[in-house]
Amino acid sequence: MSDMTDTGPVLAADGTPLKRSLARALRRQKLRALMLIAPLLLFILISFILPVGDMLYRSVKNDIVSKTLPNTVVALESWDANSGDLPEEAVFAAMATDLKSAAAAKIHTKVGGRLNYENPGISSLFRKTGRKAKKFDLEAETVWKDELIKINKGWGDTDVWRTIQTYSSPITAGYFLNAIDMRVGPDGPEARPEEEQIYMKLLKRTLWMSMMITVSCILLAYPVAWILANLPARKANLLMILVLLPFWTSLLVRTSAWKILLQQQGVINDILVWLHIVPDDARLVIINNQFGTIVAMTHILLPFMILPMYSVMQTIPVSYLRAAKSLGATDWTAFWRVYFPQTIPGIGAGSILVFILAIGYYITPALVGGTKGTFISNQIAFHISTSLNWGLAAALGAILLAVVLVLYWAYDRIVGIDNVKLG
Amino acid sequence: MSGLPPYASTGQRTWYYTFRVICGLIFFFLIAPIVVVIPLSFNAQDFFTFTPEMLRLDPEGYSLKHYRNFFSDSGWQAALWNSVRIAPVATILSVSLGTLAAIGLSQDHVPARRAIMAILISPMIVPLIISAAGMYFFFSRIGLQGSYWGVVLAHAALGIPFVIITVTATLVGFDRSLTRAAANMGADPVTTFFRVQMPLILPGVISGALFAFITSFDEVVVVLFVGSAGQKTLPWQMFLGLREQISPTILAVATILVVVSIALLTTVELLRRRSERLRGMSPS
Repeated sequence: MSDMTDTGPVLAADGTPLKRSLARALRRQKLRALMLIAPLLLFILISFILPVGDMLYRSVKNDIVSKTLPNTVVALESWDANSGDLPEEAVFAAMATDLKSAAAAKIHTKVGGRLNYENPGISSLFRKTGRKAKKFDLEAETVWKDELIKINKGWGDTDVWRTIQTYSSPITAGYFLNAIDMRVGPDGPEARPEEEQIYMKLLKRTLWMSMMITVSCILLAYPVAWILANLPARKANLLMILVLLPFWTSLLVRTSAWKILLQQQGVINDILVWLHIVPDDARLVIINNQFGTIVAMTHILLPFMILPMYSVMQTIPVSYLRAAKSLGATDWTAFWRVYFPQTIPGIGAGSILVFILAIGYYITPALVGGTKGTFISNQIAFHISTSLNWGLAAALGAILLAVVLVLYWAYDRIVGIDNVKLG
Repeated sequence: MSGLPPYASTGQRTWYYTFRVICGLIFFFLIAPIVVVIPLSFNAQDFFTFTPEMLRLDPEGYSLKHYRNFFSDSGWQAALWNSVRIAPVATILSVSLGTLAAIGLSQDHVPARRAIMAILISPMIVPLIISAAGMYFFFSRIGLQGSYWGVVLAHAALGIPFVIITVTATLVGFDRSLTRAAANMGADPVTTFFRVQMPLILPGVISGALFAFITSFDEVVVVLFVGSAGQKTLPWQMFLGLREQISPTILAVATILVVVSIALLTTVELLRRRSERLRGMSPS
């Protein structure tokens, strides 16, 4: 018999203390789990998180001015933009040096293009001066101040120099200011003139339309989820197919279907004309506007609302409603005071999901939204592929992403991200 | 709500039937746009609406010409071929990595489980235009932009959340004593995985794979940015067709895709039932 009063540590079979042996086993288990996850985590980090982060960095990155005009940036540091005077001769000489080497490397138009986002007109100033800059004789005794102003009187404008000075630091808030309809003026950030304010309006419209889509999804999904949850399983499964089929059908197919239905010569208008509800010469305009986008996107996102509502409603016992009624509640009170509060988690989960998906939509608004029904995503795509103002696209993207991440965080807190139901 | 009780009042009766009609209309709203495409794709004319001949059910009004056009047009065929080449490879990538990670995540004592999960699900949540722009800039820097592998990697990343979600859902009901029993009888971890665990979670893995496949097969925003003309996929071709000059061939393509999604949906439903049976749950 071993001595039961021995107070030494409990030992495992191999003689090591049990506590340490257990800790080692636990560590090994953790390590094994992490080894299984690591390849995917690495893959996602490299092929997804890194690219997105890299793009977001473009929203503040601004090294083009300091790289193309290194001498000017240094010389301009001491100039006081608010004095109203032009910079001194040394700055002009530095600009001449920079322009000559930039023009030789053919990058002067790029910096002009960059500064043109902030101060329209600078692009042509750089282009025109750059043409002459190749022949600048830097050794000769030239007063560069007069020479540059002679080539283009734009160089005599203090605003131009202020813009160059403002954007000479390698990090800028300019794109973000631009994205919220502001700009850097003489006295710091200021609002842009009314007619130039487009992005905040667009963001508000995106939020408002996503809200409309979410609300219409709630209204349409609630009765459907109710009937699915309360019918006998066999019938409910059959009806479920009607919900899941759109869910599995290609987004492009559903968008083209709506395009065909909503056209002026399309099926809906044809039926309305045939029923004499609408005269033939006054067919409804229900596409290429906000209405078209809202209808098509409600249809596309509806399954994402029905499925979480359904899974919540399935767990609510019918006996609660019966109990409420047997205690004297009317149908409405029983529903509103007993049933409805229990379905709120489902409504919340569905709403956040639909709102997150709606706010970032690109394809459907681009195809059925016309000009009035587009989203902020469409503007981001425009700046990436057409106007090539990548910094602004990144800033708009960062704002959109911030909204989405806040909602994602809320979703994770409320529903738990591993509770997403797919069919 | 199994039918109306015999003592229901007139008001209750009216509401009961009104409610059914409302639900019917919503189901109609869900399904009609998809169904309408099918007869229109057999239109003999180049119209997007029902011609009088079609409404009279006159055989003259119907034809297969849009299908013939789809199968003879080189642009559409190239797009179909590209989609068929890209989607399966992206699916294999996301399923193999995703299944391993889901098994890892389902163990006890995973440090930072919640954060890892949030990162892995994020491709589903981040707006596609942001993912597309990021991958466009990043992939052009490392020379993957406009290449086949660039599109495959991008699509694999987008498909991963679906694999993670479906496989972890299957693993929730997985009886861990089975793997212990296998180990007890001398099986090494690899054998245990392929002979014991894999057959049991296979339904979840396959439905994850189908989700990943449809994600890639149906994806257009990312491929628009990451791909070049050489990777033009079916959805890309449809997008161009819808935006520029809309040709009725799109209706034929749409009908074919609807048939494909019906096949996928049926498979997923059958798998789900099988999975529930395997795990001893009653089919819902």
